[in-house]
Amino acid sequence: MSTLATWREIDLGGSVAGGTSEKYKTGNWRVEKPVIDYEKCIRCLICWLYCPEPAILRTGDEVKIDYDYCKGCGICAEECPKKAITMVPEEI
Amino acid sequence: MMAEALARQHKLALTGNDAVAYAVKQANVDVISAYPITPQTFVVETLSRYVYDGELNAKYIAVESEHSALSAVIGASLAGARAFTATSSQGLAYMWEALYAASGLRLPIVMALAARALSAPINIHNDHTDFFGMRDAGWIMFNGEEAQETYDLTIMAFKIAEDPRVLLPVVVSYDGFIVSHAITNFYALNDDVVKEFLGVRTTGPRIDPDNPRSIGVLALQDSYFEFRRQQYEAMENARQVIKEVFKKYGETSGRNYAPLKEYMTDDAETCIVAMGSTVGTARHAVKTLREKGEKAGVVGILQYRPWPTKEAEQLFSRFKRIIVMEKAMSPGARAGPVYEDIASTIYPKHREAKMVDFTYGLGGRDISAQGIIDIYKLGKELVDKDKTDKVQFYGVRE
Repeated sequence: MSTLATWREIDLGGSVAGGTSEKYKTGNWRVEKPVIDYEKCIRCLICWLYCPEPAILRTGDEVKIDYDYCKGCGICAEECPKKAITMVPEEI
Repeated sequence: MMAEALARQHKLALTGNDAVAYAVKQANVDVISAYPITPQTFVVETLSRYVYDGELNAKYIAVESEHSALSAVIGASLAGARAFTATSSQGLAYMWEALYAASGLRLPIVMALAARALSAPINIHNDHTDFFGMRDAGWIMFNGEEAQETYDLTIMAFKIAEDPRVLLPVVVSYDGFIVSHAITNFYALNDDVVKEFLGVRTTGPRIDPDNPRSIGVLALQDSYFEFRRQQYEAMENARQVIKEVFKKYGETSGRNYAPLKEYMTDDAETCIVAMGSTVGTARHAVKTLREKGEKAGVVGILQYRPWPTKEAEQLFSRFKRIIVMEKAMSPGARAGPVYEDIASTIYPKHREAKMVDFTYGLGGRDISAQGIIDIYKLGKELVDKDKTDKVQFYGVRE
């Protein structure tokens, strides 16, 4: 990170340029990470719909977990009708 | 008044509340939001009528609480609107959280406050408890003595708030009922004069879809302090801006304002300090005291925040005795808020002036000219006997 702004330089009233959340990676908040078993996955996209972040990325019918932002909440694993997503403890 | 200045205005007879509403209409605000029921005062009722009758092209948002009223005005101000709200006592207390949001977000909001007591017990009458309760919220704070000052301050408030060097909210306070509900004569500037004086709002943070920004962000240990330090500086800048706006307004209206109003202070040895409608009564009392040979004077506080430090130091360090009258109390403190401001201004450098603090008029208890003469005499005696360590209560049954 570059040098932090002084009070003379900092933006007015706690306002900042948009898009800052992209720079703030929340992946290290995780205790458990979701892992998709693509053999069981039927591409129903329910996990993609339910992910509150969104940290499940979709290309066509293919889904992929974005571990940079996934906080490990486990909603995808809970909602998967085929039990294709397993929550695996993160290694410390 | 100079004929030239007189040609720019007209004379009205209105209540303090209606004088504020008239100023807000002339300021051509875009958004008004208010909670319309007690403890609201009818300044917003008059404004709603102006909007309904098409005299003011503004959006009037009636909300369910004062917290929501100020929040709606905050949103409107962020959208670029010139925005106004008004409240009193419990309503201001309910706004407390949003007061800090308005100043922290650096929004040029103007609010009218008909100053009144706070519960419990319930009381609807005038004192300055609500006003001093918002002392540290980062708002510029004025107090109008009567309708004329209140009208003038309301117009000037928009100019000061919207200055790019400031961008802070402004509260214009005036004594509940005594000023808010009493009809008096005052001069109002003509509509076109106000329009030219204020222009349209062009400054301050705004929501702009072409330039998206995050507003009201989380700022933790690494940046919160910097934002607050910057806000402090805006209040410091306001000193100069207020001076400039007072000067320009003086040239326009013929009414010249100063942060501290002086009466017979030139050779005064004992000075009475007051705020709000009491200042006028104090002038009358001092006139009587002068006739009896007392070297008395009055200082009325018009600008409370930013506290006029330089002017106050020069002025108050001249007196032998300073008798501070406060319509508010600070339980457990050395003295009331005005006493503490004056003491902290003069005592680091000047030790000559001695001070005594009086609490009076809480919950609307009346103060007469004779009452002020009594306070003057007792205050003088207490100072001369060095018995000033306790706050005095005037007019309470002992």
